[in-house]
Amino acid sequence: MQPTAQGSESAFDAHIRDHLHVEPRDWMPDSYRSQLIRLISQHAHSEIVGMLPEGNWITRAPSLRRKIGLLAKVQDEAGHGLYLYCAAETLGISREEMFEQLLAGRAKYSNIFSYPTLSWADIGVIGWLVDGAAILNQTTMAKCSYGPYARSLLRICREENFHKRQGMEMVAALVRGTPAQQAMAQESLGRWWWPTLMMFGPPDSDSPNSADLMKWRVKLRTNDELRQRFVDMTVPQALAFGLTIPDPKLRFDSDTGHWVTGEIDWEEFRLVIQGFGPCSAERLEARRRAHAEGAWVREAALAHEARRGRREVATP
Amino acid sequence: MSIEEAKPTHDQGDLWEVFLQEDGQPHVHAGSLRAPDAEMALQNARDVYARRGAVTGLWVVRTADIAATEPADRAALFDGPRTKAYRHAHFYPLPGGMKEP
Repeated sequence: MQPTAQGSESAFDAHIRDHLHVEPRDWMPDSYRSQLIRLISQHAHSEIVGMLPEGNWITRAPSLRRKIGLLAKVQDEAGHGLYLYCAAETLGISREEMFEQLLAGRAKYSNIFSYPTLSWADIGVIGWLVDGAAILNQTTMAKCSYGPYARSLLRICREENFHKRQGMEMVAALVRGTPAQQAMAQESLGRWWWPTLMMFGPPDSDSPNSADLMKWRVKLRTNDELRQRFVDMTVPQALAFGLTIPDPKLRFDSDTGHWVTGEIDWEEFRLVIQGFGPCSAERLEARRRAHAEGAWVREAALAHEARRGRREVATP
Repeated sequence: MSIEEAKPTHDQGDLWEVFLQEDGQPHVHAGSLRAPDAEMALQNARDVYARRGAVTGLWVVRTADIAATEPADRAALFDGPRTKAYRHAHFYPLPGGMKEP
C-alpha cells in the first residue's frame, strides 16, 4: 500500500477512494495542496477574526457567569486558530505568509465576521446560530482526507459544543425575560439569520471548487446539503424559543420533510467575502493593529532564546 | 530521516510537536506549535492543547529532531505482518468443546 508515494495522480485518487488519509510527507497533486492551504488558512483566519465581534462584549457581559463563558469562548477561538495555522503549515506555507495574506486583505475569512455585534443578544444568537452552523460544517470536515486538518477539527469540535450551548442558554434567558429583552432577541435573530445561511457558501450550482474537493474527500457534503440540515435543525429551535424567522417565504414541505427558505441574497454574500462587508475594514484594521502591537512579544521571545543560547555556550 | 520544517520562519520560533498524556495512557500526538525554546513550547502547549480534559503530562519535541520512516517505505516496512496470521491467537482453534469467557 504505497500509492501516494508513487507520485501519480491515479494512485493518489485510488488512495482517497479507499478512504485512507493523506499525511504531510505523502505525495499529493499540487492542486490538492493549494486547495487545502486555501481552505485551512481561511478557516484559521476566521477563528482569529471571529474573536473581534465577541471580544467587544467581554467587558459589558451582564454577569460573572456570562463573562467567564465569553472569555473562555474567545480564548478557544484563539486556540482553534493556532491548531489550524499549524495544520496549514504542514502543507509547506509559512505562518508569516498566511498572516501577510490576511493583513494585506488578500485572504478571505468567513462572511459572518464582517457583521457588527450591536446588542448583547447578538452574543447569544452568534453562539446559537453561527457556532451551530460552524459545528455542522466542522464535524463533517473532521472526516476529510487530509490527516492534520481532520485531527485539528476533531479537537475543535470537542470544544465547540460549549459555544453553542452557552449561546442557546443566553437566548433562552432573553426570550423568558422582559418584553424589551424578548424584542432584543428577535431583533438580533432578524439580523443574523440570512448571513448565517450564507456561511455554508454559494449554492452548489455556483461553487467552482466543489467537484474537485468532493472527489478528494476534502469536502464530504455539499454547501446546499449542509445548509438544508442547518435550516431543518434551527427552525424548530426558533419556534420553541417563540421567535420569528425573518423569512416570509419560509414553509415546511411535508412531502420532503424539509423546511424551504426564500431566496438568499448572493450579491450581498459576494460583496462581503470580497471585503466590502459592514465591518470588513474595521476587522482588518484591528488585526493589523494587534499584529503590530504584539511584535514586542515575538521579539522578546526570540531575544530570550538567543540569550539562553549564548549562556549555554558560555557555560560548558 | 528527519522531518524537516516546511519553511524557515523569522519571528515565530521553531516548530514543535506536542504529545499529551492522559492518566494511564501513552503520550499521544496532539498537533504542533511554534515556540523559541522548550520551556515556552511546554507553556504554549499547556495553554493551547490542554485547556480542558484530563491531561496529566506533556511532551514537546522539535519537529526537526524527529526521525521518521519514509512514506515510500510503507509497504516494505508494514505490510509483512499481515501475512503472518500465526502471530495471532485466533490462528489456533480452541480444543473441542472449550469456550473462552
